[in-house]
Amino acid sequence: MGTPVQVQNLSAWFGERQALESITIDVPPNHATAIIGPSGCGKSTFVRCLNRMHETVPGARVEGTVTMGNINVYGNGSSPVEVRRKVGMVFQKPNPFPTMSIYDNVAAGLKLNGIHNRRQLDETVERSLRHAALWDEVKDELKKKSGASLSGGQQQRLCIARALAVEPEVMLMDEPASALDPISTAKIEELIYQLKEHYTIVIVTHNMQQAARVAEFTGFFLMGKLVEFDKTEVIFTKPRDKRTEDYITGRFG
Amino acid sequence: MRNPGVSWNRLLADWLATALMALTAIVVIAPLFAILFYLVYQGVGSLNWAFLTHTPAPPGVVGGGMANAIVGSAMILLLASVIGIPLGIGAGVFLSEYGRNRYGNIIRFTADLLNGVPSIVIGMTVYALVVVPQKHFSLFAGSIALAIMMVPTITRSTEQMLLMVPHSIREAAWGLGVQRWRTTVSVVLATARSGIITGIMLAFARVAGETAPLMFTAFGNQYWNFRTNQPTAALPLQIFTYGTSPFDEWHTQAWAGALVLIALIVGSVAAVRVVARKGALKGAA
Repeated sequence: MGTPVQVQNLSAWFGERQALESITIDVPPNHATAIIGPSGCGKSTFVRCLNRMHETVPGARVEGTVTMGNINVYGNGSSPVEVRRKVGMVFQKPNPFPTMSIYDNVAAGLKLNGIHNRRQLDETVERSLRHAALWDEVKDELKKKSGASLSGGQQQRLCIARALAVEPEVMLMDEPASALDPISTAKIEELIYQLKEHYTIVIVTHNMQQAARVAEFTGFFLMGKLVEFDKTEVIFTKPRDKRTEDYITGRFG
Repeated sequence: MRNPGVSWNRLLADWLATALMALTAIVVIAPLFAILFYLVYQGVGSLNWAFLTHTPAPPGVVGGGMANAIVGSAMILLLASVIGIPLGIGAGVFLSEYGRNRYGNIIRFTADLLNGVPSIVIGMTVYALVVVPQKHFSLFAGSIALAIMMVPTITRSTEQMLLMVPHSIREAAWGLGVQRWRTTVSVVLATARSGIITGIMLAFARVAGETAPLMFTAFGNQYWNFRTNQPTAALPLQIFTYGTSPFDEWHTQAWAGALVLIALIVGSVAAVRVVARKGALKGAA
């Protein structure tokens, strides 16, 4: 089941430069929440703070609190590795492990964390690939073909399967379809629609139609600040803030 | 067929450029084939079963071989690889994954310096540090000298190969909750594997033919030796001794020795490549 994500006064820096300013947001469970905004507004940094990926950049720093269910993400006893096992991440460009087979790509999260039970791995791989709507396309060459040999859209679904295999509670998607053609994009969007049943999804997107299609909630970011957060239809039909309106009507950004 | 839209000038320029590239390729490859051809021409006459299975005969006696030198070289190189490869890979991993700072720069600079140190100086250093305290020449000392020569090459090539692994691959693993060291070992090193192996084979092939660092360390031996603490015959040493001797019989044996040395290097590089390619996947990058 998905977990709610509560973010309070989250600020983030790259060295001296502040990328996020005191973001407070309640991401509801089992829904998709879209993060929109112009380039450089901090959308990616925001999702990367949720699974403690931001701090892997040299000189990067985070303040504030993030809670997922009973996990205090930046709490004293919490480790980034533990957090990331609960939070799946899908990146802008498909990044399958190039030297691993399709099977090993999906099983990587389990194998690299010490699980080697064959039956468990087989089951997880099949379930994750089915969930990511890729099973039928690859089931005959699971162990023979490299993950890198698939098409771009298939690679991205492989990456989604890989993230699902570790059974996360939250899925972060950083512009997951921006490098894909319209047909692959449609498949990914359909997938997001189904994944909501089981996961809480936060999706960064440049594409406002996409946000409108897949997400129940939308947050608009501008220059490191959260300008407005509401139901998607409210954001797109009667936004309260003038800047949101300007952005969604294409007057800037 | 000439495409009617393409002018003669462009065709001519295209043809000239292609011819020039082909010429440079030939100029680069020609010396290699000249050496190989001459080596076979000079050495194949003395190459026989006895050469591969017998120890050297005393001067003036016909026959004898370099069996002890072939085995000695193999042992020295094996031990040097066992010492040098892990050190080189380890240092390369450190430089690429943790060495984007002053410590890394110091190590990088040191490795480049070490790479430029003449091999005879390395031989002399090992003589002073290993041979003198042990009070005798040894196979072990020879391996140390060759290992020292392998390390900087492997370190720098491993670092370069690891840096070529896209950052997104590391993030993918971290995002799955994989620990950093595990990511480095199981994902990053695995991704760069074939490049790292190429770097290792270059280092191996380079030291396999080294003579100078072995003169003061492994020293050479006319007889069999299988112990790491005793002086040992090695092909380059034997070739040097035979090649500079006044006996015609020894000269031809030196050619045969050189041929065997090249064959051993080519053979081991090819074998590693075959093994490394096994299990490669369809469409893997």
